[in-house]
Amino acid sequence: MTSTNQAVDCYRSHFEAFERTLNGESQSGLHQLRREAMGKLSDSGFPTTRHEEWKFTNIAPITKIDFKPVFSSDAEGIQADQVRRFSFGTHHQLVFVDGHFSIELSTVGTLPKGVYCGSLAAAVKVSGDRVQQYLGRQVKIDETPFVSLNTAFLIDGAFIQIPDGVILEESIHLLFIASGRGQVLIAPRNLIVLGKRSQASIVESYVSLKDSQYLTDAVTEIIVGDEAVLEHDKLQKESSDAFHVAMIHARLAAKTTFTSNSIAIGGSIVRNNVTAILDAEGSECTLNGLSLATASQIIDNHTTIDHAKPHCASHELYKSILDGRSRGVFNGKIFVRPQAQKTDAKQTNKTLLLSDDATVDTKPQLEIFADDVKCTHGATVGQLDADQVFYLRSRGIDEMTARDILTFAFASDVVSRVHVPPLRIQLEALIHGRLDQGRKL
Amino acid sequence: MLEIRNLHASVNGKEILNGINLKVQAGEVHAIMGPNGSGKSTLAQVLAGRETYEATEGEVLYEGKDLLAMSPEDRAREGVFLAFQYPVEIPGVSNIYFLKAALNAVRKHKGLEEVDAVDFLQLVKQRTKLVEIDESLLNRPVNEGFSGGEKKRNEIFHMAVLEPKLAILDETDSGLDIDALRIVADGVNKLRKKDNAVIVVTHYQRLLNYIVPDFVHVLVDGRIVKSGGKELALELEERGYEWVKEADRVAIQA
Ligand SMILES: Nc1ncnc2c1ncn2[C@@H]1O[C@H](COP(=O)(O)OP(=O)(O)OP(=O)(O)O)[C@@H](O)[C@H]1O
Ligand SMILES: [Mg+2]
Repeated sequence: MTSTNQAVDCYRSHFEAFERTLNGESQSGLHQLRREAMGKLSDSGFPTTRHEEWKFTNIAPITKIDFKPVFSSDAEGIQADQVRRFSFGTHHQLVFVDGHFSIELSTVGTLPKGVYCGSLAAAVKVSGDRVQQYLGRQVKIDETPFVSLNTAFLIDGAFIQIPDGVILEESIHLLFIASGRGQVLIAPRNLIVLGKRSQASIVESYVSLKDSQYLTDAVTEIIVGDEAVLEHDKLQKESSDAFHVAMIHARLAAKTTFTSNSIAIGGSIVRNNVTAILDAEGSECTLNGLSLATASQIIDNHTTIDHAKPHCASHELYKSILDGRSRGVFNGKIFVRPQAQKTDAKQTNKTLLLSDDATVDTKPQLEIFADDVKCTHGATVGQLDADQVFYLRSRGIDEMTARDILTFAFASDVVSRVHVPPLRIQLEALIHGRLDQGRKL
Repeated sequence: MLEIRNLHASVNGKEILNGINLKVQAGEVHAIMGPNGSGKSTLAQVLAGRETYEATEGEVLYEGKDLLAMSPEDRAREGVFLAFQYPVEIPGVSNIYFLKAALNAVRKHKGLEEVDAVDFLQLVKQRTKLVEIDESLLNRPVNEGFSGGEKKRNEIFHMAVLEPKLAILDETDSGLDIDALRIVADGVNKLRKKDNAVIVVTHYQRLLNYIVPDFVHVLVDGRIVKSGGKELALELEERGYEWVKEADRVAIQA
């Protein structure tokens, strides 16, 4: 306990130092939110494995370090061609360096009228009300201590707002680059608001310029209006020394189609929370996830699908491929509230263990309070199928390649669900690359 | 081409093959028949290199080399092909991708360059015609959701592309409708050459009307208890296996 309290003390003193730089702004609504969040964090402290929500993932290595919050953008020394290798060919690419928007590195093509696609900090400055009617209202600031921490240091991130009826043809890429400048806290806060009948696909990717130890604590709040369609893809491939804790929180209005694809490859301790609230009738929610872990990586995915209203469907497919001494965690909550009749929910979790030392903890958690519903869940944990390996070998394919082909096929089940073609191609190449590295993940 | 000498094999300590002797020369067709559970598939799998089966005694020479010492992939690259009795489904891997990887592995082993995309497509087109396989099966995951007959036909299609020297067909006829049986048999016949050989495992004489064997062997309890010409298959069809087993018992006692 002492170490988590010490961590809170460190963040509090960073917070106080931050407040002293604010002058007049310290009276703003935004800062009230931050102050409230800092208070919540002080009350809760950081969790230990005694907490139900964190029992499989020990975050002590994260709370041992005094990560210093990054208060402003410093993209100096970062060249456009260092960024290019992380792009996948869309014209709308917002680049954030250590969580702060870089106007120099970003490009935004022509967008339909009324679309906002840019920095959250800038939007707060220009039209604070437009942002604040949503910000911090979807996810509770004490939903987890890491949401509190993110909110306490909430300065910048992406703000995307698509007006009613607007269909974005091209996807928007939010590229979060860690510069590797030392032990820092990177706390981007993203807000995505889709108007009625609008459509978009938005990709978040988290990358590192060089290997270093830092903490990404990201929060994305998503509001999907009536009949809107959103695909949200997340690719996390940070430094193998980095810690990554992230929350994606989506609230779905009536008849929406929401897809979240979360691909986690990098990081040392990784925790993703993805939550979708089906808040009105007739929505369809799909959550897919893929983790590739090796060495001593820990990748922990917690998902929550909250069927609050009737006639909604949810589909969930989370897969992990674990090598080395890595650990995977999957906890999938599905709530079906008393009035959410005719809910159709399906959850699948599959783990492929490539080594004897890799382990997984998987826990479906279905809490169903309505009677006329269809809910299924299934979890499998296994190794590569010996019959399949032999079949491939019996046609001349060597054992390593056979194993790679089968491992890739296991992953491609999720990757093929990404509907942004250039991103999908990049993901495929990335996974092939991982498989080729010394024939290990 | 192939010489099996006193081959014994077991699985989990249970002996299944009990001293098999068999000689196959280039250009020949051998049929292996025998009751359910007699060890026909085990023999086929041992020849293809399945590790679940342990060869406990005897030896197998393939083109003068110790076959049992070779990895399954090396056997395939040297021209041994097994058409599985139960072809394996591989979700997520397209049939055509798999086949190209297999063909390139074989070519590489022979010191040939990777096949270029145009040539490969041409080869595939031609071979799909040969075994009259539906082209829609090419882009689907290997065997996944294929009907029983489609799986068998797909095995012969793989064989047609890979052009093995020694093909072992394990009950490729079962599950095929009458037309498919003829098409598959025609395909196998068209691929026959002076320098390759075929071992057909089957329960039915009907296939042997199309693929006419030079020798027919009867496998019972892990041993070949009788061998003969193609007329032996007709006799088995008529009389069943009991008389062969009985004759064998008498012979052993004597
Ligand atoms: N992996 C295994 N574990 C245990 N027993 C096995 C295994 N494989 C084969 N056997 C046994 O070995 C015997 C021979 O099986 P095999 O499949 O070779 O028979 P077969 O002659 O091909 O039969 P069929 O005509 O039904 O295909 C059977 O009794 C079978 O149950
Ligand atoms: Mg058999």
